[in-house]
Amino acid sequence: MDRRLLGVIAILILFALPSIPGIPPYWITLLNYIGLASIVTMGLVVLTGVGGMTSFGQAAFVGFGAYTTAVLTTHYGFSPWLTLPISLVVTGIAAAILGAVTLRLSGHYLPICTLAWGISLYYLFGNLDFLGRHDGIADIPALAVGGHALIASSEYYYVVAIALVLAAVGTSNLLGSRTGRAIRALKGTARAAESFGINTIRIRLVAFTYAAVLAGLSGWLYAHMQRAVNPTPFGLGASIDYLFMAVIGGASHVGGAILGAGIVIVLKDQLQSLLPRLFETEGNFETIIFGILIIVLLQTLRDGLWPHFARLLPGARRRKSGYAEPLPRRSLPEAGSALLDVTDLRKTFGGLVAVNDINFSLKAGEIVGLIGPNGAGKSTTFNLVTGVLHATSGAVRFAGETISTLSARMIARRGVSRTFQHVKLVPDMSVLENVALGAHLRGEAGAMRGLFRFDRTEEARIFREAEHQLERVGLADLAAKPAGSLALGQQRVLEIARALCLDPVLLLLDEPAAGLRHLEKEALAALLKRLSQEGVAILLVEHDMDFVMGLTNRLVVMDFGTKLAEGPPAEIQANPVVIEAYLGGVA
Amino acid sequence: MTRTVLSLRDISVSYGKAEAVRNVSLDISAGSIVTVIGANGAGKSTLLNAAMGVVRGEGRIQFDGADCSDEPVETRVMAGMSLVPERRELFSTMSVEDNLTLGAFRAKVTRGEKADRLARIYDRFKRLGERRHQLAGTLSGGERQMLAMGRALMIEPKLLMLDEPSLGLAPLIVKDIFRIIVELRSTGVSILLVEQNARAALEVADYAYVMETGSVTLEGRAADLIHDRRVVASYLGLREAVPA
Amino acid sequence: MDGTIALMLVQDGVTTGAIYALLALAIVLVFTVTRIIFVPQGEFISFGALTLSQLQQGTAPSIVWLLVGFGGLAAIFELVEALRHRRFSAVPRILGWNVGLPVLLAFLAIWLAPLKLGLGVEIVLSLALVAPLGPYLYRIVFQPLAESSVLVLLIAAMAVHVALTGFGLLFFGAEGSRTEAFSDAMFNVGPAMITGQSIAVVAVSFVLMLGLYLIFERTMIGKALRATAVNRLGARLVGISTSLSGRTVFLIAALLGGLSGILIGPLTTVYYDTGFLIGLKGFVAAIIGGLISYPIAAVAAILIGILESISSFWASAFKEVIVFTAIIPFLIWRSLRAGPAEDEE
Repeated sequence: MDRRLLGVIAILILFALPSIPGIPPYWITLLNYIGLASIVTMGLVVLTGVGGMTSFGQAAFVGFGAYTTAVLTTHYGFSPWLTLPISLVVTGIAAAILGAVTLRLSGHYLPICTLAWGISLYYLFGNLDFLGRHDGIADIPALAVGGHALIASSEYYYVVAIALVLAAVGTSNLLGSRTGRAIRALKGTARAAESFGINTIRIRLVAFTYAAVLAGLSGWLYAHMQRAVNPTPFGLGASIDYLFMAVIGGASHVGGAILGAGIVIVLKDQLQSLLPRLFETEGNFETIIFGILIIVLLQTLRDGLWPHFARLLPGARRRKSGYAEPLPRRSLPEAGSALLDVTDLRKTFGGLVAVNDINFSLKAGEIVGLIGPNGAGKSTTFNLVTGVLHATSGAVRFAGETISTLSARMIARRGVSRTFQHVKLVPDMSVLENVALGAHLRGEAGAMRGLFRFDRTEEARIFREAEHQLERVGLADLAAKPAGSLALGQQRVLEIARALCLDPVLLLLDEPAAGLRHLEKEALAALLKRLSQEGVAILLVEHDMDFVMGLTNRLVVMDFGTKLAEGPPAEIQANPVVIEAYLGGVA
Repeated sequence: MTRTVLSLRDISVSYGKAEAVRNVSLDISAGSIVTVIGANGAGKSTLLNAAMGVVRGEGRIQFDGADCSDEPVETRVMAGMSLVPERRELFSTMSVEDNLTLGAFRAKVTRGEKADRLARIYDRFKRLGERRHQLAGTLSGGERQMLAMGRALMIEPKLLMLDEPSLGLAPLIVKDIFRIIVELRSTGVSILLVEQNARAALEVADYAYVMETGSVTLEGRAADLIHDRRVVASYLGLREAVPA
Repeated sequence: MDGTIALMLVQDGVTTGAIYALLALAIVLVFTVTRIIFVPQGEFISFGALTLSQLQQGTAPSIVWLLVGFGGLAAIFELVEALRHRRFSAVPRILGWNVGLPVLLAFLAIWLAPLKLGLGVEIVLSLALVAPLGPYLYRIVFQPLAESSVLVLLIAAMAVHVALTGFGLLFFGAEGSRTEAFSDAMFNVGPAMITGQSIAVVAVSFVLMLGLYLIFERTMIGKALRATAVNRLGARLVGISTSLSGRTVFLIAALLGGLSGILIGPLTTVYYDTGFLIGLKGFVAAIIGGLISYPIAAVAAILIGILESISSFWASAFKEVIVFTAIIPFLIWRSLRAGPAEDEE
């Protein structure tokens, strides 16, 4: 039995539940609340668990959805169904504005800011006249289907269930799409992602808005379920609850959202009646238990409960991708034509000159080695050429165009692709998906197409390309493994496959042979030679002299940020200045 | 037979699922310089960090006759281990003197003895004395390396571990640093030296280990390894590699 | 708004601002040394004010139960670790600090409370009861998570806040209380009337900030904390243990939190959950200081105090909205400076 079948069975059970005789109506009400909370928490899965951003403001977005429909239906007589898209759009716009302000900020600023405007919005909801101040808005019309109002919770249950299933399927689709891969690359590998043309700020905004829209959906559902709104459920306390649901369930799984929401809501319900009796006084004492539970979980089961739960389920089977049109390739410049031109390139960090007026050039189809002792400025030069860093002075020209002022993303667009000295992979994503990340610029499907699975043809073509490049570097057998489980040398080769997926004109490799065994090095050298014959230019930093000597057309030697020498390998080997610098003799 | 200061047994360290160091054993006898050479990413720094307790791994670590495999960094510092890391890790917004003083944070000695140590450091590294009130972040590369070594020496360690002390330094300064390393040995400090500048390291060391992809592939007296064909081919020369 | 009212509002603003500044200081300190965004700071404010209030009424402070409980838990964590590494000699010290001290303080508090020994003693006793909660909390919650990411630490901090609020309700009840003013003196300075209470608050805040500055500049432990803030790995390598610095800054933060509560107690009615909102205003100031700069955070705190008192006069319903929205312009400025690596296409 595979996961898909299991999912179908779960959905069938979900829809059959209210018809089971003897189920107490209170349970159904509780299930409705779990459904609403699960939808918000799924947004947090995308945002926090997968994208690495934390929000303490989700409840405020729920409020946007709820108040939008409350105002439109009660003041302006809109039909509740018509307000659904409006609520989602309003929430989305609010999130896009708040996100545009805060998402550029690094790491911990975002959660604190969501905290600040979460509180701010809560007080705003409670003090605006047209939102009914702290009393809120009552008499919101019920949803109606064919003239029948859905008032009983066993009827409203189906609305919640449909919304939940749609949200779950949509979220899974999104995470499996081109956009989803980009979101997954945000955590820890954002720099590398930019080098593959991923606009990380925009992707963050997409994840943020998506999470907010799910919250808005939950708010719309809430308003028509309660048929009244007031600010209380949209305050900071509720936002914290949603985050706790995500942490308890397991913040990186759609299933974890439902599990977490279920646990928190059922537990809260039980504790709210139990604890006051125990302490013989009224109050929300369940917060003590939740606080402790979260701390214990963080200290012992960091990934939440879902992974342990999921172990009992059958594993997902990867479907072998069938035939797909190969992706179009860019035309490579004629071998021997001028490609890269670095003139007087300089980079200083504070007072330290890391790269000191370097000059060199590269022709199409040429393999040039950049060598020199550690700390000579080789990796900095790489970062300057690829736009990860910006030069203090000097210029980099690529195919006749000055690129030294462009961002890493725009340089990638022009066909410059690279690997990193310190491997930058998404460790819990499969080898194949990591490689597919390199083809980001060769696809165009956005979040919407991903959400509704209108991206299948393009995805098949991207994965065909990824499989092809993986075969080329000899890692095809490991396609389904998580990238983090590979040996360090293999991870470097995986980065090469990812770089090739960009269909590069110029390939920059930072120590590609490090960690490889003899035969693997030979295979890598053969591959690079073949690439150069196809017209790809290669610039590589490497310490393994044996590897460099046999492979390159030319060597550029750097020391203390300065170019020491340049020439064919044989010449460099005999150059006394180079020998002296490289050996750094002390005698 | 000289006393063994540090003894590593079957050390393995993994980052996530990737093994950076695999079953490495290594011994340092008192008053000697031992070097570990190898390519970038061979696991040399990780090995040092494991010995110091900065990263956790498997295997046993004996220091000065006592097992310290489970001890935290500060206990190892008090026992007499000191590490100068590859990135120096100075307190950049604090003065040179504060940096050095903090080096003796765990030293259970009198104020006077701390002042004496400080004076000895300024004596060994004249430039540091001249710049004692300057902020560490404003020092040049060579001065930073000296400050890092000075800070590590303030605890008067039995074992000094140096991670790529020559990294990014001009040849003249490298020469200076290696001279000081040799001087330190004569004061009785044992030294574990990780270097990419293999020739310089082998010239000053008594014993050497070669690491490749996380394992020790070769070990021996430094004087022998410096002529070993495999070492020459891989680490010492730009000359054609000789098949092993 | 005439001049007298304006001066009064500014005076109010500076007084609360001085308290926010203390809180901002603690938040910056905790963050730079431990990377923990110290959300539970607010609970220490409530605990400080409510404990003092109970002592002033001559009742035994409820905080002793929390103190003994947390100390006991910390002792268990410490003992488990000591026994695992066979460090039996550490057992008496562990029991002394984590069981002996809180029990002693508890008896002292229960014995002294009905005697009503005056404001000075009551303040010292309140602080002595609240401050040790900081290090215990660090030991129980954060030390096992010390190597985690900022986000994990933040979620843990949020969980601590939620749990402590619950404990606050359990031990202090839902009733609020207002402590007696330190001074009912009034001074006429030109058109303005300055209250002795304001002067006391500002003076205490200033002296504390000066004291902290001296500790960080002159003492070894202060330097060690600064070193940890500048370079954590460097600090570990000279033997400054993460847990030692963690416990020390949590002690300072709890002390500052409790003291802020005591200072704010006569100005407003404090409930078990009031501290959170007050603490968050210290937060806003700390964020404006980039979570790094003490002087900017302190100045921002005063400005927030003034902004709050003015907006409570003009638009009291929107007071909180205005204060918490105040960081948005700062954020826009910061994101505009966020580097060319993130250019738009």
